[in-house]
Amino acid sequence: MIELRSPQALVDYRQGIRAAADPLQRRIRVCDGTGCRALGSRKVLARLQETLREAGLAEGIEVAPTGCPGFCELGPLITIDPEKIAYNRVSVDDVPAIVAKTIAQGEIIDGLLFVDPVTGQTIIHDHELPFYTKQIRRVLELNGEIDPTRIEDYVAYDGYAALSKSLWQMTPEQVIEEVKQSGLRGRGGAGFPTGMKWQFCRQSPSDVKYVICNADEGDPGAFMDRSILEGNPHSVVEGMIIGAYAMGATQGYVYIRNEYPLAVQNLKIALKLAREHGLLGKDILGSGFDLDIEIRVGSGAFVCGEETALMASIEGKIGEPRPRPPYPAQSGLWGKPTNINNVKTWANIPLIVRNGSDWFASVGTEKSKGTMIFSLVGKIRNTGLVEVPMGISLGELIYDVGGGIPGGKEFKAAQIGGPSGGCIPKEHLDVSVDYESLKALGAIMGSGGLVVTDEDTCMVDLARYFLEFTQEESCGKCVPCRVGTRAMLETLERICAGQGREGDIEYLIELGQEVKRSSLCALGGTAPNPVLTTIRYFRDEYEAHIYDKKCPAKVCKGLITYKVVAALCTGCMICARNCPVNAIAGEKGQPHVINPEVCTRCGICQSLCNFDAIVAD
Amino acid sequence: MIRLTIDNQEIETEPGRTILEVAREHGIHIPTLCYHEAMEPFAACRVCVVEVEAGRGRQLVASCAYPCADGLVVHTNSDAVLQSRRITVELLMASSAHVPLIRQLADELGVSEPRFTMEKNDCILCGLCVRACQEIVGVGAISVINRGIEKEVGPPFHIASNACIECGTCVLVCPTGALTLADITGGARTVHPWESEFEAVDCRVCGHHYLAPRFADHTTLLAEEPALSHALSGAEGTVEGEAVP
Repeated sequence: MIELRSPQALVDYRQGIRAAADPLQRRIRVCDGTGCRALGSRKVLARLQETLREAGLAEGIEVAPTGCPGFCELGPLITIDPEKIAYNRVSVDDVPAIVAKTIAQGEIIDGLLFVDPVTGQTIIHDHELPFYTKQIRRVLELNGEIDPTRIEDYVAYDGYAALSKSLWQMTPEQVIEEVKQSGLRGRGGAGFPTGMKWQFCRQSPSDVKYVICNADEGDPGAFMDRSILEGNPHSVVEGMIIGAYAMGATQGYVYIRNEYPLAVQNLKIALKLAREHGLLGKDILGSGFDLDIEIRVGSGAFVCGEETALMASIEGKIGEPRPRPPYPAQSGLWGKPTNINNVKTWANIPLIVRNGSDWFASVGTEKSKGTMIFSLVGKIRNTGLVEVPMGISLGELIYDVGGGIPGGKEFKAAQIGGPSGGCIPKEHLDVSVDYESLKALGAIMGSGGLVVTDEDTCMVDLARYFLEFTQEESCGKCVPCRVGTRAMLETLERICAGQGREGDIEYLIELGQEVKRSSLCALGGTAPNPVLTTIRYFRDEYEAHIYDKKCPAKVCKGLITYKVVAALCTGCMICARNCPVNAIAGEKGQPHVINPEVCTRCGICQSLCNFDAIVAD
Repeated sequence: MIRLTIDNQEIETEPGRTILEVAREHGIHIPTLCYHEAMEPFAACRVCVVEVEAGRGRQLVASCAYPCADGLVVHTNSDAVLQSRRITVELLMASSAHVPLIRQLADELGVSEPRFTMEKNDCILCGLCVRACQEIVGVGAISVINRGIEKEVGPPFHIASNACIECGTCVLVCPTGALTLADITGGARTVHPWESEFEAVDCRVCGHHYLAPRFADHTTLLAEEPALSHALSGAEGTVEGEAVP
């Protein structure tokens, strides 16, 4: 183990790693992120190692698990170096052919390559995939390149160079100035200027200060922070040490949810390795600066992502927010000055220090600099993790990077900012993705969750879904959030069940606005957003539910009836046999009939019919 | 000293105080439910909201917790404030419209009937009992349990807590009558709803049972603390009371 006690020692260490690396080395990178693991990447990895051994090729060929490169839709993903051949949807059964052809003979297997849905062309190299070419990958650059459990991999790519520069060539004030100049804003959602926040904490007099990384990512469908901590944990650790140096903090915490076991594991490994290499703990890089970082595992309460509730949770108290001021910069964890930043914010810091604020600010808009990471989910072709410049249009993000809507369906709206955000309809597809523009439309940048909906999505049901989430996750401390979200949810449930009344829309708006303005913390302060924005842009759908008793997207069970189209029905009896409540009658070979009195609208008949003879009305 | 404006009234005060404290001192009425001057501000009931003119416009804040600042402009009676309070009280009425305190506040604000109702509940989750037990008594026998709409107050696992000294402070501070202290047979008492039943010590003078032995022990222990012995010296005779057969 090499203990690095000077900047030169780090440089020498890096040069040693680079010198030992062969650029023409045959290496198979297997995505070991949670998404690909769920699709079987661990088995693929094991089978690769086994098959290489059997073929006598194991010597000199490295099989490396990496973090998530982002294209989750096509997992499990493997990339073969040095050519960077990208194979997708690889199963264990593909492994013998990969070893026998690609590894042994350099032959490319066309069936495992990506096929462009527009041009029909196959694409060999990962960096040529349209999914990646439209992105600007900074924070995610090393995700998919390095083995997150090896500090050597991170160091080889200039890892900890920014820390060395901060400690040895910059004063704390200069570090803060650089971050301020970069224009970096908090990536957790609120978008407060990071440098300013750091300065407030720096200026708070105290012998003890804390830095905290908020990794309590909890939006449904969001996996940005998880993927960074899984795939490149050292980038976050390095950012935190730099921040602690700048603000004069002596102890750091990473608050991370227990539901992220791989991220916790890789972060633990990273902290241990950083400590062993003299990059964390006492006398970091021989500079005399001390900092240690500990992990605090949260139990999954969404409200603990709110900074004051998060600190209460670290202190061992009930995870409830408290009023601000005092802000954490004045009185935070255990009453000491504290700075909390999101995972993505911390991960940007080493890049800013290493490359300079001008480099960072070279992409983005006037007020929103740098890149933003989104997890694209829902009705979108390229489900996955993407990093795009601030100011990209929502349309480019969804169509050029995301590949558009699958199944020939039409885009309806994008829910941006998770349950705290709002929906943006297709007439605003040209909106610039930056803090101010999204806010003007009633949505928020949020932490990076982006759920895409198509014509089959009911917007009332979508609002109900998100409110169900926030209502359940409300801590219950303050009245507007505890009771107000419940009152809104029950109203939405009534509307979806076909029992909407005149005045419901107005009640939702009135109550929603008050819950936003009067709640104690940002959970209640943003919870009504999905409801208010869907009313703003899709009021006709609410009206159809309430006054016409129709769900235009045919989603809400209380408002649809299933019918058999007699002309299409062949009388095969599959629907009748599978109906769990025996609501379908008819002779074999004759058109069937559904009894609406008995039917529970489960939709099984429609999903099983081979002749599209069952329609929802 | 700092100067701020509350409802067009110029007020001078020392820093570090909350809007509510200063407003009340100047006879400006702000309703509260979860506030108690002997406890830390909780900012949960939201009926004490006022409007402050901050950098980028006006915002609603809880006056019980918001510190006065030089040049701060506060409105305690604006349309936005009253609308917020009305909605909050209407939401409280969903389950506690029968509670006199809530009814009184609703009358004051002109709220007649709630548009949304839930199961009847005396408790409004103001948290006074929990905080009194923790901050004033220093025991922490009860806490809030669960979250959101399922939230309630109680001892851990709903089992009468061993930490409870049976002092009844929670009952004393409860503003709605959700907690009660009741005599049961044979000189015993119980606190509803957590049923921490205990024998009470009887007074040697009047014969009434009045005090739990554990409360007496707790007070005796406190009396031995140098800082408190002086304050409690006059009470010595009572804390050592013996049970009359």
